[in-house]
Amino acid sequence: MSEKKISKIQPELFEFTKENLLKAEKEIKKYPKERKASAVLALLYLVQNQNDNWIPLSAIKYVGELLKMPYIKVYEVTTFYSMFNLSPVGKYFVQVCTTTPCMIRGANKIVNLCKKYISNNQKELSKNKLCSWTEVECLGACVNAPMMQINDDYFEDLNENETKEIIEKLLKDEFPKPGSARNRKNNAPENGKTTLLEVKNA
Amino acid sequence: MLKDEDRIFKNLYNDLGWDIESSTKRGDWVDTKDIISKGKEWIIKEVKDSELRGRGGAGFPTGLKLSFAPKEVGTRPHYLVINADESEPGTCKDRDILRFEPQKLIEGCLIASYAISSHTCYIYIRGEYFREGQRLQEAINQAYEKNYIGKNACNSGWDLDIHIHYGAGAYICGEETALLESIEGNKGQPRLKPPFPALVGLYGCPTIVNNVETIAVLPTILKRGSKWFASLGKPKNTGTKIFCISGNVNNPCNVEEEMGIPLKDLIQKHAGGVEGGWNNLQAVIPGGSSMPLLPKSICETITMDFDSLIKVKSGLGTAGVVVINKNQDIIKCMARIAKFYKHESCGQCTPCREGCGWMWRMLERMAAGDSTYKEIDLLYDVTKQIEGHTICAFGEGSAWPVQGLLRHFRKDIEKRSHEEPLIKKKLDIPYLIDQHLLEKDNA
Repeated sequence: MSEKKISKIQPELFEFTKENLLKAEKEIKKYPKERKASAVLALLYLVQNQNDNWIPLSAIKYVGELLKMPYIKVYEVTTFYSMFNLSPVGKYFVQVCTTTPCMIRGANKIVNLCKKYISNNQKELSKNKLCSWTEVECLGACVNAPMMQINDDYFEDLNENETKEIIEKLLKDEFPKPGSARNRKNNAPENGKTTLLEVKNA
Repeated sequence: MLKDEDRIFKNLYNDLGWDIESSTKRGDWVDTKDIISKGKEWIIKEVKDSELRGRGGAGFPTGLKLSFAPKEVGTRPHYLVINADESEPGTCKDRDILRFEPQKLIEGCLIASYAISSHTCYIYIRGEYFREGQRLQEAINQAYEKNYIGKNACNSGWDLDIHIHYGAGAYICGEETALLESIEGNKGQPRLKPPFPALVGLYGCPTIVNNVETIAVLPTILKRGSKWFASLGKPKNTGTKIFCISGNVNNPCNVEEEMGIPLKDLIQKHAGGVEGGWNNLQAVIPGGSSMPLLPKSICETITMDFDSLIKVKSGLGTAGVVVINKNQDIIKCMARIAKFYKHESCGQCTPCREGCGWMWRMLERMAAGDSTYKEIDLLYDVTKQIEGHTICAFGEGSAWPVQGLLRHFRKDIEKRSHEEPLIKKKLDIPYLIDQHLLEKDNA
């Protein structure tokens, strides 16, 4: 279960922009008519996108009204899933994978860099309020360990120097180039492929 | 070693392009109409004959699962749900299928949907795979444009709609009933079984839930024949499988190989060997974090298939091979896995909710060298009380790795343990209580 801190500062009102409202309607249409509640995760993502990566309580109420769900049920869902943030996390949210496969390959070094350059504690905004970081469980890119996720993108095959560069860029409000830090090709072995050597689109 | 022509996922490293034009050249969407015209019984029989076992971890025979769907559609529609909530530590195979071979998955969805008489398919992708989901959506759009799916898909007379549903970072949603709860807009907490999803699943309707890899191999099996697939691997453990080799190896990689390949070959040939040489190997987790680890002595000879691994009290699981060499502290590694389970327990059943935390705290204590000899047996007792006493298999998944550690590395723990419990020293010991309760903001 994820620990959630609810922000003490809350905006009073939340409403989708016109564009997001259209997107929300599209999401609701994916499911049978009487099953609107299915779209709750998708709508909470939209909230998070619109509201700088976090979900205020008023938005939970708003989503509940939109989907005809009781407030407490949306609240329950928001607090259950670890990807929903209930307090501000900054424009760039750095999530460092520290589960065993990444840990073995040195994820703790990346955590230390985050502590040094972003903030001392997890989910605490950096001095310029742009960034925060947190440790997360397996992100499913174990072959490219150690890795981290910034907003929607994966940064893989990291080492200390490259991580430092990435964080410095973020603090300057620039988004670094996602993918492998060593320009490795996807999940292929690095020193030459052992399979699929001569396949072609026949 | 498996020949390249027998590999199913030819674009595993994206050398050939993922778009629909390139993948049609590789044989996707060829003869799909013919396959469907042969009928549901034929498809299910072929899948049964191929002896394909589910690639999501449990290894349930896929043909049998497809046959569980009611033969006639009653008042309730049928659903096909694809489980792409890949979160098992050590596993990253489905990600590559979503990114680089999406058409294989979509074609598989059409065939499987037809076989179980479903017109709607939901693909549940973990929320972190946002980019992979976007890629899949593009691929789905391309398939709609070519009328490979949608109304009268591939001119077969069958209608199919595919929707993507994103999860939001809960490992437990990989459990099939928790996944269905999550699609319905609830917390992802597993349901009691029976009734099984094949009869009462999504929205109370008959639902078949399958892993991405299982569905993505279906079209190739049906095109090349069940005999071809069954000729690969070992009896009852047939076909090919994507292995993910991570941890202390020189070249971590994903590779598609035959079932039953020796573990040593997998590590030495494909992953460039263990860091520091084979003799520096300490242990291997053969199938994602839920499976008990294997010490070096077993790794020498073991083959990678469901039945051989069960014989050594482990399992193939998702085939996420995590290699741990002697530079690592094995107790610390397993303590981290225990922390993963503590974090991901859904909180529904008491043995798991409480027990996962206990196991984690005890293992941290053992790693720090603060435990007593008695605690080792106590830890084993805790694992036994979780295992088999929970609604879903998460209980087993969290208890087995700890049991594996105790089975093979008990001596290492004993070396660090003492007679006297630490509590007598009256020190401030943070891990004796829940750490997060110490912080006032959380209280």
